[in-house]
Amino acid sequence: MTTALEKTTAAKDRPVPGTPLLEVRDLHVEFKTRDGVAKAVNGVNYSVAAGETLAVLGESGSGKSVTAQTIMGILDMPPGRITSGEILFRGQDMLKMSGEERRKIRGRKIAMIFQDALSSLNPVLSVGYQLGEMFRVHQGLSKKEAKAKAIELMDRVRIPAAAQRVNDYPHQFSGGMRQRIMIAMALALEPDLIIADEPTTALDVTVQAQVMDLLAELQAEYHMGLILITHDLGVVADVADKIAVMYAGRIVETAPVHDLYANPAHPYTEGLLRSIPRLDQKGEELYAIKGLPPNLYKVPAGCAFNPRCDAATDLCRTESPALHQVTDRDGAELAGRKSACHFWKETLHG
Amino acid sequence: MPDMIEKTAPAGENAIPAQRGTAAEAKAEKPRSLGLDAWHDLRKRPVFVISAVLIVLLVLFAIAPSLFTSVDPRAGDLRNHYLTKPNYLHFFQGDWFGYDGQGRSIYARMIYGARASVVVGICVTAGVTVLGGLLGMIAGYYGGWVDTIVSRFTDMVFGIPLLLGALVILNAFQVRTVWSVVFALVVLGWTQMTRVMRGSVITVKQSDYVTAAKALGAGTGRIMFKHILPNAIAPVIVVATIALGGYIATEATLSFLGIGLQDPTISWGIDINSAQKVIRQAPFALFFPAGMLSVTVLAFIMLGDAVRDALDPKLR
Repeated sequence: MTTALEKTTAAKDRPVPGTPLLEVRDLHVEFKTRDGVAKAVNGVNYSVAAGETLAVLGESGSGKSVTAQTIMGILDMPPGRITSGEILFRGQDMLKMSGEERRKIRGRKIAMIFQDALSSLNPVLSVGYQLGEMFRVHQGLSKKEAKAKAIELMDRVRIPAAAQRVNDYPHQFSGGMRQRIMIAMALALEPDLIIADEPTTALDVTVQAQVMDLLAELQAEYHMGLILITHDLGVVADVADKIAVMYAGRIVETAPVHDLYANPAHPYTEGLLRSIPRLDQKGEELYAIKGLPPNLYKVPAGCAFNPRCDAATDLCRTESPALHQVTDRDGAELAGRKSACHFWKETLHG
Repeated sequence: MPDMIEKTAPAGENAIPAQRGTAAEAKAEKPRSLGLDAWHDLRKRPVFVISAVLIVLLVLFAIAPSLFTSVDPRAGDLRNHYLTKPNYLHFFQGDWFGYDGQGRSIYARMIYGARASVVVGICVTAGVTVLGGLLGMIAGYYGGWVDTIVSRFTDMVFGIPLLLGALVILNAFQVRTVWSVVFALVVLGWTQMTRVMRGSVITVKQSDYVTAAKALGAGTGRIMFKHILPNAIAPVIVVATIALGGYIATEATLSFLGIGLQDPTISWGIDINSAQKVIRQAPFALFFPAGMLSVTVLAFIMLGDAVRDALDPKLR
């Protein structure tokens, strides 16, 4: 069954695992609305290598989805506006490409999985048609060939009785199955990079685990880069290689996943980790970070997190911290660890 | 059309118990698209069945009038003038409804008159749907200044009274045929479709599946016609079906006023016009074309209502 898919894999120039795939540099995005200018993304930097999983973590409104939409080129402009920055895909700045060049990248090189699979699938077209569309549009296959490929893909993402269900409509599938179909659509052309925007939020917990496992497995198989956008710390722990924590449109901390869980270097990350319910806390009140996420129309001066931070000083209220390289107690650099806190040393070692 | 109804009706009766069966049985059924679903729903509605039968009959009149009468509708014999021959005598001779002021068979003219009405109704509806739908799609999809220009232009045309506008346009034609009437009504009638389509497209455009299609590399044309159009077309179909009856009435009005179709084209409007002068001596000459016109318009409006109920999930 998989021979046709394997053939295309071999034919495609695939990046060697570990080579940089996507690099976002100092990206700024704002939205012009009636109420003023909302600064949604304020200097985001992150990178993903082939075969690597980057989890982007943050509350609603932290700019994680806007960054993803900017990478995909599906940001609504206007009201959105990219004020500065670069998005390098295999060394080329996508923001300088023409619309047609970018369209050719979408689906073929970079694909996206959306949060709500029901609303992301066209209700009037059958699932097989929508899956097959990928092959018809991008590879010019005939209707029959495309359908065969669609069935193959549905098998791939373990949809039972794929051949019988290929003509069904999205509403006839369960939530987990629909998300599998979304994954299949994203995988169809074996892109180098997949961006998954909260792929499991709309699913219940057991199905979440199945979908995440499937995603991780397929990623390993195809050596794709994966950007996993989520606000769920539990989802991240198992599958991600590294984490970027976003707050008010900035990256506040990046770290390999286990280091971050073990020992955060930013008070916001610390607060997030403390708010996870734990079994040994039975009967105690859950911790919550005080205050509210910042209003993007007027992000606080200095460190955006300062009004909610217990350790905030006058320095935090006036000066915006740079993304510092984090070191251990002896001053040796910790690989991949950065923190945008003036007092990262105190947070990490204190 | 009539064959379709007859053939599918028994199948529908068989399908009903299957639907009421267990979930497993329901699953074994072929998956249904929105259109198929609407069709299943429509078949059970008496309003739809009645209007569909009437429309099928009308279309048959239009396609093959000679099936229904062997009398030439243009052959006038003044010996048959309604004043010279008592009306009831014709009933058994095939000219059931008597003769008009020029001795032409009212029944034959009633049958032949369907052609002009049906052609005008269908062609105008097709024209306004394509033209208005396209403009509405462009305005709704692109938004911004494109939308502003299209919408303001639509408002301008919308402001022209249909009848007055049609009078002006049709006056410019030396010889007025069915096609000149179609042209005039399309030129003035597309605005309604543009408005409906634009609103519908704006709603659908914001759906996640449109963004998803974009994110997976679909081009503008594909997004517009494969992803947005099928989801946005339902309200347009409803408005178009209801409007079809209105266009037929407008054609008759224009013909009645002497500015629409002309002799020798046979139109109910023309017949109503010539009959209204003798309404006291020969009321039947007015009654039959006018009755046909009313029934036709009613049939299309009923059809539109039924289609709306079937296509609009909110009204279910």
